[in-house]
Amino acid sequence: MAEALALELKGITKTFGSVVANKDVDLKVYKGEILSVLGENGSGKTTLMNMVSGIYYPDSGEILVDGENVIIRSPKDAFSYKIGMIHQHFKLVDVFTATQNIVLGIKDGKFNIKAVEKKVMEITEKYGFNIDLNKKIYEMSVSEKQTVEIIKVLYRGADILILDEPTAVLTPQETQKLFNILRKMKKDGKSIIIITHKLHEVLEISDRVTILRKGMNVGTVETKDATEQSLTEMMMGEKIELNINREDPINPVERLVVDNLTVVKKDGTVALNNVSFNAYGGEILGIAGISGCGQKELLESIAGLQITTKESSIIYKPDDLENQQLVGKSPKEIRKLGIALSFVPEDRLGMGLVGDMDIVDNMMLRSYKSGRGTFLNRKEPRSLANQIIESLEVVTPSANTPVRRLSGGNVQKVLVGREISSAPKVLMVAYPVRGLDINSSYTIYNLLSEQKKNGAAVIFVGEDIDVLIELCDRIMVMNSGMITGVVDGRTATKEEIGLLMTKSVEREDSNE
Amino acid sequence: MLATFIQRAVMQGIPLLFGATGEILTEKSGNLNLGIPGIMYVGGISGVIGAFFYESSLASPEDANAFLAISIPLLCSILGSLIVGLIYCFLTVTLRANQNVTGLAITTFGVGFGNFFGGSLIKLVDTDIPSISLTTTSNFFRTTLPFADSTGWFGKIFLSYGFLAYAAIIIALGCSFFLNRTRGGLHLRAVGENPATADAAGISVGKTKYLATCIGSVIAGLGGLYYVMDYANGVWSNDGFGDRGWLAIALVIFVMWKPKSGILGSILFGGLYIIYLFIPGLPLRTQELFKMLPYVVTIIVLILVSIRNKKENQGPQSLGLSYFREER
Amino acid sequence: MNKTKNHEPLFHIVKRDSLPVYKSWGIRIIAILAALIVAGVITMLLTGENPINVYLTMFKGAFGTSRRIWSLLQSLAMLLCVALAVTPAFMMRFWNIGAEGQVLIGGLATAACMITLGDKIPNALLIIVMIVASISAAAIWALIPAFFKAKFNTNETLFTLMMNYVAIQLVSYFEKLWENPKGSSNIGIINQATHAGWLPTIGNFDYLLNIIVVLALTVFMYIYLKYSKHGYELTVVGESENTARYIGLNVKKVIMRTMILSGAVCGIAGLLLVGGTNHTITTTTAGGRGFTAIMVSWLAKFNPIYMILTAFLITFLESGAGEISTVFGLNESFSDIITGIIIFFIIGCEFFINYKLHFRSSHKEVK
Repeated sequence: MAEALALELKGITKTFGSVVANKDVDLKVYKGEILSVLGENGSGKTTLMNMVSGIYYPDSGEILVDGENVIIRSPKDAFSYKIGMIHQHFKLVDVFTATQNIVLGIKDGKFNIKAVEKKVMEITEKYGFNIDLNKKIYEMSVSEKQTVEIIKVLYRGADILILDEPTAVLTPQETQKLFNILRKMKKDGKSIIIITHKLHEVLEISDRVTILRKGMNVGTVETKDATEQSLTEMMMGEKIELNINREDPINPVERLVVDNLTVVKKDGTVALNNVSFNAYGGEILGIAGISGCGQKELLESIAGLQITTKESSIIYKPDDLENQQLVGKSPKEIRKLGIALSFVPEDRLGMGLVGDMDIVDNMMLRSYKSGRGTFLNRKEPRSLANQIIESLEVVTPSANTPVRRLSGGNVQKVLVGREISSAPKVLMVAYPVRGLDINSSYTIYNLLSEQKKNGAAVIFVGEDIDVLIELCDRIMVMNSGMITGVVDGRTATKEEIGLLMTKSVEREDSNE
Repeated sequence: MLATFIQRAVMQGIPLLFGATGEILTEKSGNLNLGIPGIMYVGGISGVIGAFFYESSLASPEDANAFLAISIPLLCSILGSLIVGLIYCFLTVTLRANQNVTGLAITTFGVGFGNFFGGSLIKLVDTDIPSISLTTTSNFFRTTLPFADSTGWFGKIFLSYGFLAYAAIIIALGCSFFLNRTRGGLHLRAVGENPATADAAGISVGKTKYLATCIGSVIAGLGGLYYVMDYANGVWSNDGFGDRGWLAIALVIFVMWKPKSGILGSILFGGLYIIYLFIPGLPLRTQELFKMLPYVVTIIVLILVSIRNKKENQGPQSLGLSYFREER
Repeated sequence: MNKTKNHEPLFHIVKRDSLPVYKSWGIRIIAILAALIVAGVITMLLTGENPINVYLTMFKGAFGTSRRIWSLLQSLAMLLCVALAVTPAFMMRFWNIGAEGQVLIGGLATAACMITLGDKIPNALLIIVMIVASISAAAIWALIPAFFKAKFNTNETLFTLMMNYVAIQLVSYFEKLWENPKGSSNIGIINQATHAGWLPTIGNFDYLLNIIVVLALTVFMYIYLKYSKHGYELTVVGESENTARYIGLNVKKVIMRTMILSGAVCGIAGLLLVGGTNHTITTTTAGGRGFTAIMVSWLAKFNPIYMILTAFLITFLESGAGEISTVFGLNESFSDIITGIIIFFIIGCEFFINYKLHFRSSHKEVK
C-alpha cells in the first residue's frame, strides 16, 4: 500500500438545524487503497461524504487533497480536485444514451461524440466494464446505470471515488463484478471510499475501515485485524438504558399469520423473499434491519398496497369473524377489518398526510367516507384533532393549521395519533420517531405500549436498536428481504441483532 | 393544380414551421410556452411597425433600399418577440410563476398588442393613409428565387417563395442539428428532462432556459413577420393571423418535438388547413369541418403517443415545471 | 482558513414557510397598484391624457350608466361561471384549458334544441331539454380528455387545448348549416318571432337570471369544494396522488368525475350565453373566457368567493379599457394589453409571497 495521503478530513462538523450530523470528524484516505466507511443508518456517513463531493458545505473543519487545504463548494469544485461521488440515487437523464450522460456538463474541448466514445472505450477496457454505450438509460438495469455513473466519474478524471451503498441494488454476481473493477482501480493508484453497512463486504473488499457512530468517528481499523464481531461492537456502541416502560404481554392471541410472502418489484428485484412470521395481539413485534431491506414492502403487503406472488398468504384472525385471507383484498377492505398502517416516510409527509390540508382534514383522510350523505362531517374529525393536539401535546396555532406548517415531530404525532385513534386490532408503525426529540419519542412509545395493553398486535419498525430492545416483546430481524432471525426483546443483545442485520445472506440466495 | 396546392400548402405551413421550431426549442428546455400565439402576433406587428415607419420616411416608393426594407422590419420583429420572450422567462424562470397561466396571459397580451397597434397605428401617428398596406417593403420580402417563373412546376414548388420561407427551413434544420449534435443542445435537453441532474453536472439551468425560450420566441415571432410581410402582402388585418399560433403548438406534438420532421409536418398541416379549397364541389359548411383536421390529427397523435408510452416520443419530462434547487 | 475566489452570491432564494394573510394580500395589493400605475403611464404615453383622467374614464366606462353596470355584471357573471367550471379540475392539478370549447359545445347543444325543436314542443319542455342537452354535451366533451388522462396519462393541457379548435370548427359548420337568412353564414337571432327556448327574464332585467344562476353556482361550488366528500377527494388527488392511492381512492374515477362536473358547468355557461343572452351562437360566443377564466381562478387561489373579486377586476379592466379606446379613439384591443400587464404583475408578485430573498449582507444571521 502506498503511504501517500490522497484525502484528509480534519475536524469536520455539520449541523442541520438542531441536529448534529457530523461532529469533529477526522478521516484519512491513502492513495491506492479502499476505505470502508461503516455505520448504522443516520450515523452521518453520507453527510460526511457529501461534504467531500460538494453537495454540502461543512460548518467547520478542513478538507485536504494531496496535502493541500481546499474548499469544495460544488460538485464542479470536487471534480477539479479529482473527487467524484456515485450517489445512491443516480443522477442520470433517462432518455439519453450512456455516452451522452457521461459527457453531460463538460464544457472544455471540442464536442465530438466519436472522440468521447473512444476515450470511454479506453476506460471500459482498462477496468473491464461491460456496457453498451448507445443504450438509453431507461432501458438499463440498475447495475448498468451504476456502471454509467462510475464511468462518468472516471471520465472526469477522478482519482478519489466515493461510492454510497453501491451494492444495495446489486445481485451477488453484480457485486462481485463491481468489486473486481474496484480492485483494478485500486491497483491503478486510485483511492476508493465505500459507504456501507454490510460487514462481509467490508471484510472482503476494503483495506481499512472507519466506523462512524452518531456522527462521530469512533475508530479506524485495518481490515485484516477486524472480525464481524469486532466491527459490530464498534458500530453499535454501548447499550444505552432508556427505561421504557414494558409490561409483559397479557394473554397474547394469534392475529396475523404470514406465510411465504414474496414481493417482486417492477424492476425485477426481489423486495421480500419467502417471509413467514406470526404476530400476536397484546405484544409489540419489533422489526429491525438496515433501511431498504424490505420493511416497507412487508408492511405495505399487509396493508394491501403491494402486489404479492401467488404463494403468499397473510391470514388475519379476528375475534368476531372467521379467518381472513388478506392477500387479494383492497387497502380499504383491509382497513375496515381493523388493520392500521402508519408509515413515516423519509420526507415525513408523502403518503400518510396531505401537507396543504389542515389537521382536521387530515384526521378524516381515512374515515371521511364513513357515514352517509354527500357532505363531510367535520365534527368528529375536529374533536379528534383537538383531542390529539391535547393528549400528544402537538404544538400548533390551531387545528386548522396546514400540516405542512408544523414541525417534523408534530407532524408525526398527528399521523400516529390518527392511526391509533381508529383502535386497530393490528397497528403497524414504521419509523414513528424519525427525527423526534426525546420527549416526543417517549410519548409515542407510551402510545404504542398502551395499544399493546389494549390487546392490539403492534408491529413496530424502528431504526434505533436500543429502542427496539427496550420496547418490543419480540424482535424480528430482516436482511435483504428475508428474515434472518427472531429474538426475544428481553434477552437479546445489541451485538446479536447487529450481526443478524448485517450477516451475509447471499449464499442462501444462490442456493435457490 | 397539384403544384399550386403544394405551393399554397408550403406558404400556409411556413408560419407554423417558425412557430413550431421556436416552441420546440423552448419546450426542450422544459418551458411550455403557451404564449407563442401571442408572441407570433407581436413578431408580426413589430415588423409592421418598423416597415411602416420606414415607408413613411421615404419620399417615394422608388427610393426604397432593399437592405433597409428587409433589415428594419426584421430587427423590429426580433426585438419585439425578444422582449415578450424575456417577460415570459422573467416570470416563469426567475419568479417561478405557473407556466400555463403566464403563457395564456402572454397570449392575451400579445394578441391585444398586435391588434391594438394594427388598428391604431395610423391614428396614433396621424397620417392620411387609409390603411396599413406595406406593399413596397412587402415586395422585398416576397422576392422569389431566380427562375421561379420559368421552370414550370419545379419552380413553383421549390423556388417561388420569399427568403423567410427558406430561412424557416434552414432554421429548422439548424435547430435539429443543434439539439442532436452539439454540446449546447445536449445541455439544453438535459435541462428540460431533468434539471436537477443538469444542475449537478454544472449546467446553469436558469441561463439555459432563458436562452432557449428567448431564441425560441424570436424564431416564432419570425412566423408572424412572414405572415404579414410575405403571405399577406404587407397588409395587416386584425385577427388575420387567426389561430395559427395554436396550430404551431399542435404541430410540436404532431412531430413529437423533432424540428426536422416539423418541415414536412408544417407543409402537411398547411395542406390540411387549405385542402378544402382544392376539393371541388365542397359545400361551404363542410369546408369548416375540414379545417379541424390538423387538430383532430394532433389529438390522435397525442393519444397514440401516450398509449405507446415510448420515452423518445414524449415531451421533455419536466415540461411545464419550474425548477428550484432547494426544493425537495 | 484561506479565502476562496468564489464569492457568496448576491442573494440567496429560500422558500417561505408561511406569510400572515394580511402580508400576502398586502403584497398582492401593492402589485395591483404598481400594475395600475404602469398601465396608466402607458395609456398616458399613447393618448397624452393624464392618468387620473384615464382612470376616471375607466370608471365611467364601467359604472357610468345603469345599463353599463348591468352589462358589467353580466360579463362578470359569465366570466365567473367559466372560472367556477375550471376550478375543480385545477384543484385536482388537471390543467383544463379547454373551457372555451366546452362552453361552445354547451351553447351549440342549446342552439340545436332551439332550432330543431323550437316549434315542435311546448316551451317549458323545450327549456328542460335545452338544459339537459347543454350540460350533458359539454360534460361529455370534457370527459374525453379526462378519460385518456386517466387511462393513458395523455397530456391534458395539450389535449384540451386542441379540443377547443375542434369545437370552434364544429360551431362554424353548424353556423353555415343553420344559416339564416340563406347565404349569410350566420345563424342570426334564433326564434326571434316566437322566442321559443329563450330563457325567461326576471322582471325587466335581461341579465338578472344569468347573474342569479351564477351566484347560486358560486355558492354551490364553494360548498362542493369545501364541504363535500367529492371536493375532499379531488383535493387529495391534486395534492398527492400517492396519498390518494394510499388511502384507497380510485384516482381515475375522481379525475373523470371532476372533469364531468367541470364540463357541465361550462355547459351551463353555454346555455346562459345562447339561451339567455345572445339567442344565437357564433364561434366567438365563448369570447376567450375559457382562457381568461383560468387566470381568474388561479389568481383567486381556487377559492370561489375570491373569484368574484378577481373576475370583477378583470371585467372592470376590460370594460374600462374599452371605454378608453372609444373615448380616446383607440382600438378596442387596448383592454387586452392592460389586462395582460396587470396579470403579469399579479403572477409575478406570488414569488414574493412564496419565497424570500436573503441578501448578502444578511449572512451574519445564524440559523
